[in-house]
Amino acid sequence: MAKPLINKIEKAGLIGRGGAGFPTAVKWKSVKNAHEKPKYVICNASEGEMGVFKDFHILKNHPEKIIKGMALAMDYLKTKEAYININAKYYKKLKKRLEKIFNTYRKGGYDFTIFQEHPSYIGGEETALLNAIEGKRIEPRLKPPFPSIAGLFGKPTLINNVETFYNVACVADNTYKQCRFYCISGKAKKPSTYYLPNNLTIEKILKITKNYPKFDFFVQIGGSASGTVLNKKQIKKNKMIGAGAIEIFSKKLKPREFLLRLFEFYKNESCGKCAPCREGTYQLFKIVKRNKTIQWGKIMEIIDTMEQTAFCGLGRSIDTPVKSYMKNILKIKI
Amino acid sequence: MEIFINDKKYRCEKGESVLQVAIRNNIKIPHFCYHEDLPIDANCRTCLVETSPKEVIATSCTLKAEQGLKVYTNTPKVRMLRKENLELLLADHKKLCHYCNRGYFCEVIDEIKKYKVKGEKYQRCKAGTKIHKMGDAAEYDPEACIACNKCVEMCQKIGIGFLKLSEKEKKTRISYNLNPKVDCIYCGQCTVHCPVAAVREQSHSENVERILKDKNKIVIAQMAPSIRTSIGEDFGLRPGVDLTGQMFTALRKLGFNKIFDVNMGADITTCVEAKELVERVLHGKGKLPMFTSCCPGWVKYAEFYHPEIIPNLTLARSPQIHSGGAYKTWWAEKEKIDPRKIIVVSIMPCTSKKYEAKLKELKINGLYPVDYVLTTREMAILLKKNKINLPKLKPSKVDSYGIYSGAGAIYGASGGVMESALRSAHYFMTGKELKKVEFKKVRGMQGIKTAKIRIRKKVLKIAVVYTAKNAAAIIEKMKRDPKTYDYIEVMACPGGCIGGGGQPIPTTEKIIAKRIEALYKIDSKMKLRKAHKNPIVKEFFESYIKNLPKKKQEEILYRTYSKKKKFE
Repeated sequence: MAKPLINKIEKAGLIGRGGAGFPTAVKWKSVKNAHEKPKYVICNASEGEMGVFKDFHILKNHPEKIIKGMALAMDYLKTKEAYININAKYYKKLKKRLEKIFNTYRKGGYDFTIFQEHPSYIGGEETALLNAIEGKRIEPRLKPPFPSIAGLFGKPTLINNVETFYNVACVADNTYKQCRFYCISGKAKKPSTYYLPNNLTIEKILKITKNYPKFDFFVQIGGSASGTVLNKKQIKKNKMIGAGAIEIFSKKLKPREFLLRLFEFYKNESCGKCAPCREGTYQLFKIVKRNKTIQWGKIMEIIDTMEQTAFCGLGRSIDTPVKSYMKNILKIKI
Repeated sequence: MEIFINDKKYRCEKGESVLQVAIRNNIKIPHFCYHEDLPIDANCRTCLVETSPKEVIATSCTLKAEQGLKVYTNTPKVRMLRKENLELLLADHKKLCHYCNRGYFCEVIDEIKKYKVKGEKYQRCKAGTKIHKMGDAAEYDPEACIACNKCVEMCQKIGIGFLKLSEKEKKTRISYNLNPKVDCIYCGQCTVHCPVAAVREQSHSENVERILKDKNKIVIAQMAPSIRTSIGEDFGLRPGVDLTGQMFTALRKLGFNKIFDVNMGADITTCVEAKELVERVLHGKGKLPMFTSCCPGWVKYAEFYHPEIIPNLTLARSPQIHSGGAYKTWWAEKEKIDPRKIIVVSIMPCTSKKYEAKLKELKINGLYPVDYVLTTREMAILLKKNKINLPKLKPSKVDSYGIYSGAGAIYGASGGVMESALRSAHYFMTGKELKKVEFKKVRGMQGIKTAKIRIRKKVLKIAVVYTAKNAAAIIEKMKRDPKTYDYIEVMACPGGCIGGGGQPIPTTEKIIAKRIEALYKIDSKMKLRKAHKNPIVKEFFESYIKNLPKKKQEEILYRTYSKKKKFE
């Protein structure tokens, strides 16, 4: 008898590829164990983080796999209800192909609903995504309850990223090879999506893909907003975390420009729910914009407050890029 | 279960949050987005505490009490982060103070002072949106909004959903629903749940202050039933202290020429309405069920959302309009005063009464029955401004034309109008006086109360509801079976007027229940407990109304309704 899929997922050590890296099998089991019905499966193809574009790549090149992964999850949870939360721009480009596959499954009784999302960073927050689908104000919910217990319309809900469903299908087909998708961008020679082993160092990835710069550089990995900033030395050891992005920056980039780009993104993407993120991100941008020299003291007051008191992980994440950039690149003691 | 707050042990229930335990034990933790009757939003991020030994910062509104949990409310880390969030939240807020009537009991100002937040560290993003007026009742200023979401939730809870937060990021502000089928009913529950007075009543204070100085005017004060047992809260008293006599003294001190009472108007309303009920029930003159109409929020709801039930609304005017009208006609004639010289100022627990006062269809002889309406909050501020320490005043009596019955006094509580009407309807139906005047089934804090009341051979099926949400449910029921009820009382606000949008802040269901208790106590202590026995009301009907041509009678006693459009 074939091994149950859940055991195979567990054995393969799949972790969520949306950025948070939560063990996939644990998530699946907790939805399975929830009592309420119906249960929902949601594929998140929001991809609102800067420097990440792998979801589009997978949707374009392996849509069958993703949808198969979703159907497997539906079988496992004994549900026929699934949603795909898809970046509206992506859907426009891929509609024909996706609908064809969905229709095949629909004939088998699987119900897929397409939710076209205006691309946003907060879409990466699972409960904000649920609110969006329910037509509510797009902002994170108070947890607990977690989506696995009370998610979409208050029912147990499994939310996985595009790549996770792709991996699930690979595991089911016995073709999963401990690889992941890497998005290389910025001052790269060959910016693109690459599919490579998930245990390589960042340096190795840059070299294999012929993207290792000849100029003095640093990188931001995981995501170009919330990701960690590393110097040339550090990438010899460090491996990928988060959503799979590597953005290459020239060391000549002025700190003010680096911060402006970062804070502008946070300022525009804050959902507006909590005070530190809503007001803080705006003030951060203003502080850098208004002054020629960087007011580190003022910036850190807000960064620390956001890190410790913002409502959701997205707001709290802002200290990662700022502090790692200060420490690893600018060598400023914090 | 026990937890430790600042090293002191406190008992608590399972499921309670640390903030709830703190509030119950008078431990001050600043909070702007927590209200005990509404969902937890956790968006102001000021109710921070530090846990021990892990030293994690958490919001006390979301931190659940667990056996042995240790938290500190005032560590250096907490103070620093809280101050920063206050700076962010209240940036520029102080500049808006002059708009705000609340200066005398403003929690925001307390926190600003305590944490030395000057509101100058940051400048808020200007949303570029203007003050929005909700009819003539309330208004909101997006520039002052801190997006706490309380007004939105309260508007939902009432069953309206007019207010909403719009935009995202720094532009997140209060706004309104663009759906043409959704409109504000002016209940003002948003204003009594706003922590920063970004949503507030449209002020009449300045007009009243000005008119009190005008020697050519006769200025009449009439306060609503609900003012007397709640205004004490704005002077630091516990909820439910009856300050009727003190209020009469205070109004005299402020310079009002005559101190009358909306309770007297309530007695007129009861007589008019109870007679109409009898006509409809016994003689088939008009549709059943008959609905009350003394709550302008409810009337606006009916006119906008359910114009099909307009024929079911009682034609009786509301108490403040009845008494205001009586003073500007009957009393003016008796005292030989030109009605144009009379200014009637109502003190109401309500914002929709401001809107009602401005309704052209209620004019008598071209004059508005009521000229200005102050909320309980506006009145308290006016008193403080004039250094009148209300609770310390010697009680005095209402002027004779303001005499009222206990039936008028209970109008403030949900079920009060019903109970008053029943006391008089019994007399009008049977010609006999009711011995046991209390109808306990229509009292209390339930959104929908129903009862069957036997009056001789007739069984009256009645319902008492508050909030538009419950009204909608009753209307639905009535449409399925028009015979379900004969008479229905509806109030827009939780608990009735006593929980109104113009009441002191905070107003919670627990506080409302205390205020209600005090109202029923006023009634139970009175000898005069039926509206139709009020000698002033009797005189008004018998020596004045009776002798008027029918058209004039109607102008003073009755009103009409019309289908309303959005923002009308």
